[in-house]
Amino acid sequence: MKTALFASVAVVALAAFGTPAAFAQSRDTIQIAGSSTVLPFASIVAEEFSAVFPEFKTPVVGSGGTGGGLKQFCEGTGDNTIDIANASRQIKEAELAACTAAGVTDVREIQFGFDGIVFASAASGADFALTPAQVYKAIAAKVYVDGALVDNPYKTWNEIDASLPNQPISLAIPASNHGTREVFQEKVVTAGFKASEHPEGLSDDEVKALETTFRQDVVIEISGDYTETLARLNSDKNTVGVFGLSFYEQNTDTLKVATVDGVVPSKESVAAGEYPVSRPLFFYVKGQHIGVIPGIEEYVQFFLSEGISGNGGTLEAAGLIPQPAEKTAEVLAAFEAGAQ
Amino acid sequence: MAIDIQTSPEKASSDRTALIRAGLRRRHLNEQIFRGLGIAAIVIALGFVALLFVDVFRKGIPAFVQSNLHLSVTFDEAVIGSDPVPVRGDFVSDAEYTAANLKWQRDLAMLNWNKIVEASLRKAAPEGFEIDSKQIQTIPETNARHQIREMFVANPSLLGQTVDVDVLASANAANWIKGNIDRSLGDGQQQLSPPARQLIDTFVDNGTISNGFAWTIFTNVDSRAAPASAGLLGAFVGTLWMMLIVVLLAVPIGVAAAIYLEEFAPKSRITDLIEVNINNLAAVPSIVFGLLGAAVFINWFHLPISAPIVGGLVLTLMTLPTIIIATRGALMGVSPSLRQAALGMGASKTQMVFHHVLPTTFPSILTATILGVAHALGETAPLLLIGMKAFVASVPATPFDQAAALPVQIYLWQGNENRNFFEPRTAAAIMVLLAVMILLNGVAIYLRSRLEKRA
Repeated sequence: MKTALFASVAVVALAAFGTPAAFAQSRDTIQIAGSSTVLPFASIVAEEFSAVFPEFKTPVVGSGGTGGGLKQFCEGTGDNTIDIANASRQIKEAELAACTAAGVTDVREIQFGFDGIVFASAASGADFALTPAQVYKAIAAKVYVDGALVDNPYKTWNEIDASLPNQPISLAIPASNHGTREVFQEKVVTAGFKASEHPEGLSDDEVKALETTFRQDVVIEISGDYTETLARLNSDKNTVGVFGLSFYEQNTDTLKVATVDGVVPSKESVAAGEYPVSRPLFFYVKGQHIGVIPGIEEYVQFFLSEGISGNGGTLEAAGLIPQPAEKTAEVLAAFEAGAQ
Repeated sequence: MAIDIQTSPEKASSDRTALIRAGLRRRHLNEQIFRGLGIAAIVIALGFVALLFVDVFRKGIPAFVQSNLHLSVTFDEAVIGSDPVPVRGDFVSDAEYTAANLKWQRDLAMLNWNKIVEASLRKAAPEGFEIDSKQIQTIPETNARHQIREMFVANPSLLGQTVDVDVLASANAANWIKGNIDRSLGDGQQQLSPPARQLIDTFVDNGTISNGFAWTIFTNVDSRAAPASAGLLGAFVGTLWMMLIVVLLAVPIGVAAAIYLEEFAPKSRITDLIEVNINNLAAVPSIVFGLLGAAVFINWFHLPISAPIVGGLVLTLMTLPTIIIATRGALMGVSPSLRQAALGMGASKTQMVFHHVLPTTFPSILTATILGVAHALGETAPLLLIGMKAFVASVPATPFDQAAALPVQIYLWQGNENRNFFEPRTAAAIMVLLAVMILLNGVAIYLRSRLEKRA
């Protein structure tokens, strides 16, 4: 009896207490998490980084969406928290406050390029030429028709506008854990609300409710990756999905892209500022981990180098829209200057 | 039905026989219907398994073929330059030498090795073939330049020489060659430019590109920069570490707990409660263990994120009840005469258990362990919650290093943007995982039959 008891106690003790002791030394791998839009870019940089800097281990890149990544980022400092959060939108005040409360006081923002958000449908389906106002009318729960607020009456796209195809409305949009959702809300829905019929003098709360309440029967919220959106489109050919431009560009054989305000989304039209639904991409660095986890500074410098995120760099080939070199220089200088 | 006793004995006898025959026919019919239903059930079940296998194999087998580019590469001095290689003798200390060597390597890494790759591709292309630099670069996989640079780092005397090198064709080139992308689609829907597609077809015809078995799936780690070179090695080693931890922890703890509960613990309310809880634990959804793992092992014990040690501990918790229940069952099945004989010969209770009872239960414990491990092997949900779904491009040297795991790798590849290339890759990864599971189950069956014969 004693033998068995001792054996089990010893093993449990080893499992529970022996292992953390063995992990007393500091982590030597950069740990990154966040936006699934930024993930492919960050992963490519991680691999190239380890090729150029053989003295550092390959950074580990996780996903979880911008919100999920920033939540992990703001959990605190130390080995078991991530060093860098990828984000497809800017950090919110509330998130920054959560960071500060947990002791993450040195948050350095790195903007490294742009991405477009596109509407795409099955390649075999009809062509779409959308405007933000049409998208707003398709998905809002209540809309103004002839001055009266009514439950959304539109069932097919051509009921909204005769130029659109006669096809039932169904739209797959990213769920709120994705930064893409924020941009979709701001650049499409809010812009669409402003451009469509509504009475003057609504209070801010009323506007917010009108802008953010969607019809649940036609809107599909996708919390997973773009492949999940793609699967939705494959199972229902009538669905229009919201994708990142870089994802669409890698799947042009199965997807057909919609124009927005008459502009075809492409790297060129986003870079020129013609395509309306675009956003800057970011990652956030935990300043307190610089010098503790080896390689963070080098990773940031390498990420922002001409050959990686610049014009004609590795990331452009993977679908990133580079930002002007002056902006990059500015971002790098701010990073190196330290906490603001 | 009453039998008419007034009729002749012959008549009565034949009536009775007819009655029995009718009853017999009905019973036979019932049996046949039941057998038919049983066979139908088996056919349906096997049909689904066959459907799954056929689907996975149909999709996955093409992924085991990779397209190789045979190039003759010139290590052009005009690109590489002629910086001298640091030699240990020139430096005072090891640290200085290491620093100089790293700087030399970094300077090399910053060079445009794509120029060398491009030159060798142009050499292989037909005379006067028109294709611009950007287009021709889409044919080889992006890691070709690293491969050539690493050759040079390992052997700097290659400067100025021309050697034959095999590099991978890019994922999009492989899609085009294998027909993963519809070849009849227009230019706008193709990933590759018309000249690149034409050159690839020329290369296939003249033997510059040939297909071979994709060993890279087994020898490479995951890659996003060079998708055609993405492999399972990192995930496989990660899984191996986790399974090692599961076996090392779950078996001793599980067997010890089972022996104590079955042989030593007094039968009381408390042991009843423990028993009920162990049975409940076996039915807890695996994702709950993941949440527990994230809360306890990562946030409280400060174990690293995305590491096999945490995955192993979580899967141990999941496997424990299986092993405890199986071991208790086996102990219960040992005949009382064996125990009484041992006790009668003056053995202590501990001796009785460890010398006589436990050895006879080895086959069952072993089977339970292997089946538990096979179950843990395919478990994905808890691993997603402890950060093991991160992109890791290295092989974990210890259980404390960041790693992926086989089922998670399937999940990650399923989500990759290059659908045409990664759909087959995902199916190939499933095939590897299934093969490992079938192997484990096969070993379990073999060992059980062997050990049972001996016992």
